[in-house]
Amino acid sequence: MLRLLNLELQKLLLNRTSKILIFVSFILPFFVILLSSLKINVFGFFTLELGELGVFNFPIIWHLTTFFASQFKFFFAIVVVSMIGNEYSNKTIKQNLIDGLSKKEFILSKFYTLVFFSLVSTILIGLISLCIGLYYSSYNEFSIIIRETNFLVAYFVKLVGFFSLCLFFGMLIKRSAFALAFLFILFILEWITFGLIVWKFDASIAEKIQNFFPLKSMYKLIDQPFQRIAMTKFPDKAELAYDYAVHWHEFVIVICWTALFIFLSYRLLKKRDL
Amino acid sequence: MESILTINNLTKKFGYLTAVKDLSFSINKGNVYGILGPNGSGKSTTLGVVLNVVNKTEGSFHWFDGKTSTHDALKKVGAIIERPNFYPYMTASQNLKLVCKIKGVDYSKIDEKLEIVGLLDRKNSKFKTYSLGMKQRLAIASALLNDPEILILDEPTNGLDPQGIHQIREIIKEIATQGTTILLASHLLDEVEKVCSHVVVLRKGVKLYSGRVDEMISSHGFFELKCNKQSELVELLENNKIFGKIKVKDNLVTAFLNEPMNSEDFNKFLFEKGIILTHLVQRKESLEEQFLQLTDNQKN
Repeated sequence: MLRLLNLELQKLLLNRTSKILIFVSFILPFFVILLSSLKINVFGFFTLELGELGVFNFPIIWHLTTFFASQFKFFFAIVVVSMIGNEYSNKTIKQNLIDGLSKKEFILSKFYTLVFFSLVSTILIGLISLCIGLYYSSYNEFSIIIRETNFLVAYFVKLVGFFSLCLFFGMLIKRSAFALAFLFILFILEWITFGLIVWKFDASIAEKIQNFFPLKSMYKLIDQPFQRIAMTKFPDKAELAYDYAVHWHEFVIVICWTALFIFLSYRLLKKRDL
Repeated sequence: MESILTINNLTKKFGYLTAVKDLSFSINKGNVYGILGPNGSGKSTTLGVVLNVVNKTEGSFHWFDGKTSTHDALKKVGAIIERPNFYPYMTASQNLKLVCKIKGVDYSKIDEKLEIVGLLDRKNSKFKTYSLGMKQRLAIASALLNDPEILILDEPTNGLDPQGIHQIREIIKEIATQGTTILLASHLLDEVEKVCSHVVVLRKGVKLYSGRVDEMISSHGFFELKCNKQSELVELLENNKIFGKIKVKDNLVTAFLNEPMNSEDFNKFLFEKGIILTHLVQRKESLEEQFLQLTDNQKN
């Protein structure tokens, strides 16, 4: 396993473009969160300090940081798609197999890499959230700190799921740019299907079915936190209440998709003549 | 003899096109094999199948004793297919390091093999800055990294300039003298003739011949003759059962033998008949002539 990871890391880290993209996708959210936690003086008119709004309180901080950080996943998605695209355009996939890598090992080395980067990202976000939280949070009891850390697990599963989808599209289409276009098409398709179901049946059924779609199910793992922040400000407004928690069935759906995408990628490579 | 690769009734179809049809042959340790055939005769497809990049339609093949899986067996094989494929953004030694990681070879081999192909002084240049000849030599270095049991080369001199072709051939000959089994696919007959002891001849995916180069067609060779009394010579030869076909072109007489005869006896025989030769050469057909003869025979 380490050998396969090591192999893929060499391919990625010696490539300048992917190095920059990896840096952007992991370090940028880290700094954005860090900066937002600082006291910012806006041209001397007023000072903006998000910490005072209570958004960095435990446990809401876990929700907020994972939600924001996951918006940066698209940068690493480009890396995932191009690491497949490059293997095809350089024909190095063929050379790798001739050199004695099996097709299974090839897919696994890609999969381990995206799990590895997801893990690194999760740990980074976990650490920064913990630090900021400890600094700003009004509640510092241990039991409150560890409450809702399942958002971190959700973040990890979400990244692995999304990158597996990218891996599959990369394998399917072989060209990085087209694979990214397909990702966008899938996004539109999900909404069109949603619209069709709403039109034919009704909105509540449509929403339930939509939660099974690949992109939507990944998004659903971490719901948007704005409404929740609003809820804390206006606790008496009942219409703002919504279900923001991470549910086990949401995990199951995303993990199933992940397994399916990896399996399909392998099948695709196995059947293909290179 | 120790078997390295055995192919049994291999068939590969691309849709309605049959690229390789019912092909069987085996490769034994220590010989230099050539796979001959015109473009599109299924050479690369056959190699692709045994190298795990093309899926077979029917038949079977196994490496070594048949107990190792194909991808593990490939770690003991060195192969170059068509064009050199490396990561353009990595340097030569970084590319070879990657291959070492795949094959499970020690990094110390890298410099040793770069030395053999004469690229040691450019080992820290990026692959994309290399000329085609250098890329091809790097590919050979990469194939040699694991000190392979067998080296497979598919058209290794394709697209190279004469100097590059010469360099590659010298390297191949050098490797062959060290006892490494080599399988060389090419449509360049003189290339195969210069280095190979055994050949497999393919045409349209069908095997026409496999065996030793010099036994390819049952022939005892021919004499090329010149003399001043040409008509007498031709008449004499035509009445002799030892000779089959007689060809006359300008003042050169070519006489094909039906049974073995050495040039000394032949010269003596003619001298006794009062014919004095000004030119006598005994030759066997070149691989090119044999190849054309073989492919022609099969057409009829």
